Amino acid sequence: MPDYRQMWSNLGLDLQSHDALLSTLGSAYRDIFLSQEDRPEGMKYFDFVMTEVHGLRIKELMDAKAQGRIVIGSYCVFVPEELVLAVDGISVGLCAGAEFNFAGAEEVLPRNLCPLIKSAFGFKMGKVCPYIEASDVVVGENTCDGKKKSYEVLSPMVKDLFVMDMPQMKSEAGKQLLKAEYRRFAEKLEAVSGRKITADALRKGIETTNAKRTAIKRLAAIRKADPAPISGLDALLVNQIFFFDDPARFTASVNKLCDELEERVGKGAGVFPKGTARVLISGCPMAVPNWKIPTIVESSSAVIVGEESCIGERGTQWLTDGRGDTVEGLLDRITERYLKIDCAVFTPNASRVDHVREMVKKYDADGVIHYSLQFCQPYIIESGPAERELEKQGIPTLRLETDYSQEDTGQLRTRVEAFVERLRG
Amino acid sequence: MRVAGIDIGSRTVKLIVVEEGNVVVAKKRINSHDPLVTTRELLRDVPYDRAVATGYGRHLLKRYLNCDVISEIRAFALGAKALIPSCRTILDIGGQDTKAISLNEAGDMIKFEMNDKCAAGTGRFLEVMATALGFSLEDFATAALSAARAEKINSMCTVFAESEVVSLVAQGARRNEVALGIHGSIVGRSIALLNRVGVRGDIVFAGGVALNRCVRQLIESRIGVPVVVPADPQTIGALGSALYGASGLVRGDT
Ligand code: SF4
Ligand code: SF4
Repeated sequence: MPDYRQMWSNLGLDLQSHDALLSTLGSAYRDIFLSQEDRPEGMKYFDFVMTEVHGLRIKELMDAKAQGRIVIGSYCVFVPEELVLAVDGISVGLCAGAEFNFAGAEEVLPRNLCPLIKSAFGFKMGKVCPYIEASDVVVGENTCDGKKKSYEVLSPMVKDLFVMDMPQMKSEAGKQLLKAEYRRFAEKLEAVSGRKITADALRKGIETTNAKRTAIKRLAAIRKADPAPISGLDALLVNQIFFFDDPARFTASVNKLCDELEERVGKGAGVFPKGTARVLISGCPMAVPNWKIPTIVESSSAVIVGEESCIGERGTQWLTDGRGDTVEGLLDRITERYLKIDCAVFTPNASRVDHVREMVKKYDADGVIHYSLQFCQPYIIESGPAERELEKQGIPTLRLETDYSQEDTGQLRTRVEAFVERLRG
Repeated sequence: MRVAGIDIGSRTVKLIVVEEGNVVVAKKRINSHDPLVTTRELLRDVPYDRAVATGYGRHLLKRYLNCDVISEIRAFALGAKALIPSCRTILDIGGQDTKAISLNEAGDMIKFEMNDKCAAGTGRFLEVMATALGFSLEDFATAALSAARAEKINSMCTVFAESEVVSLVAQGARRNEVALGIHGSIVGRSIALLNRVGVRGDIVFAGGVALNRCVRQLIESRIGVPVVVPADPQTIGALGSALYGASGLVRGDT
């Protein structure tokens, strides 16, 4: 492996903590992913991306920056990658999924805050995230209260925080607000990159982003086969890498994986025996390296066949209509596309349960595990009505609420096993 | 065939052996630091042909005995149904978990709820509070039943509730009224779980805490119907596991 230490230290990382993080991550990855049986060959590419997630990929970002391209970091799927690509920028996800340096985070944030936010601060304050250090602009979107207020605390810690307001309702006024904010974001991107967003560039950005989504939708569709041709863990990993990798290369690699999986399906081959209980996950995003629940589920005689989540289908299911000759018109299309995302920060948000139900049908799931991160009010509050609605329609549903720690693994395992027993009758 | 059902709980390990539908061995033992050692002692001189484990230590035992495992939830459903065929709802309050389970006519589990990761509302909570008040577990329930009114306990968290109890006593509150308050708080928590699965039909109250008369009476007065406490409420999970092993479900299921 090439030596990236100089690059990391130039980025201001704390090398010692960073080493510790990489080694924990590496062994977790081996235990959870590499130990799986019959993994598709196509996963090798994603394994490589993961081993180089702080290495080669960061080097690529640094090289791109040296050529004048900009890097935009964000914490939400409401930040349009299309716009970032239109100024030839690179978009990276900054959400974090590990209990790292929570003590540091709790010096500036309350303890009873969602672990996703605490983790992001833990990484930032522990100086172990090269992505945030490489970001020219960090976008803070006003979605949940936890993030909105935490961005105020984050602001002095990063080079350039761009706060983007968000509607809470999908009304005409909400749409106008979102469009105005997207326009402001576009202007910000133009200012930082020194490039003008043209209709051509924006169309190209839309095309690249759509291609990536189309590939991931293809992967999703293949998972409806029984036996499942790919584990939920591997599919989640691909969805997580969606936020880091070079879009064109990612798209090609996902398509290649899909070719292989389709062949498997044709032969009736899979990673779990035919008839294994099939579970759909719905709820909060699972950011790298949050593999806790899928690991428990897939070692409890069940397979995950879909993720109704922002790292999953909630974030990728819609394409952006790329027809239009003006930036203004394309901005409208982008706004319309994003406003379809059924995130729990919106009210009302009935389309989310409809989508869960559709997914259950589409992927032939036997039941739904509703996953909430502890202290995430929007999703925890939605989980009650969602569960009742799904059960009413005969879809067995299990609600789980947890954080990034490992102490509750035993209890979670009991619940998941009992749920799987319920699914198999 | 003799089938052993072993329930490795956080506080006690329970063993039931069934043969031709009859319970031929029933034992339990307080868990030592090493549940495997405790289990081995329980199984000494107990012949059996097949074993099924449940409880939080089930996977540990699976590696050691190469036996089958089922979740506590399923084990309790099977055990309660066998003892009380009319049972449709189960409340189990054990050392570190509280579970509410709902069964259909056929006795299949249709819904369950379980407490979150903290110990609030479990047997452990009662134990810590009894110690904080200087009661033995037996005297704790008796004292609570003797109180005419209850002190209100606001904290659900075991750690906070303990300091709340200590300061109530320091302010001169009566120990038995505090005790009743604590029992009330654990009952409130359990009723919430029960309501989430829906209270229907005959209700079986199992687990170590079912031995506590005060908890039982408070539950009955809150839900307005009597609950059935099996003769040995702690061994329902072990019984369910043994019956599972004897039923032939094992092969069809794995
Ligand atoms: S859950 Fe909501 S706030 Fe979080 S990433 Fe998704 S859209 Fe954004
Ligand atoms: S998981 Fe919930 S609380 Fe956490 S950042 Fe997302 S919406 Fe906010």
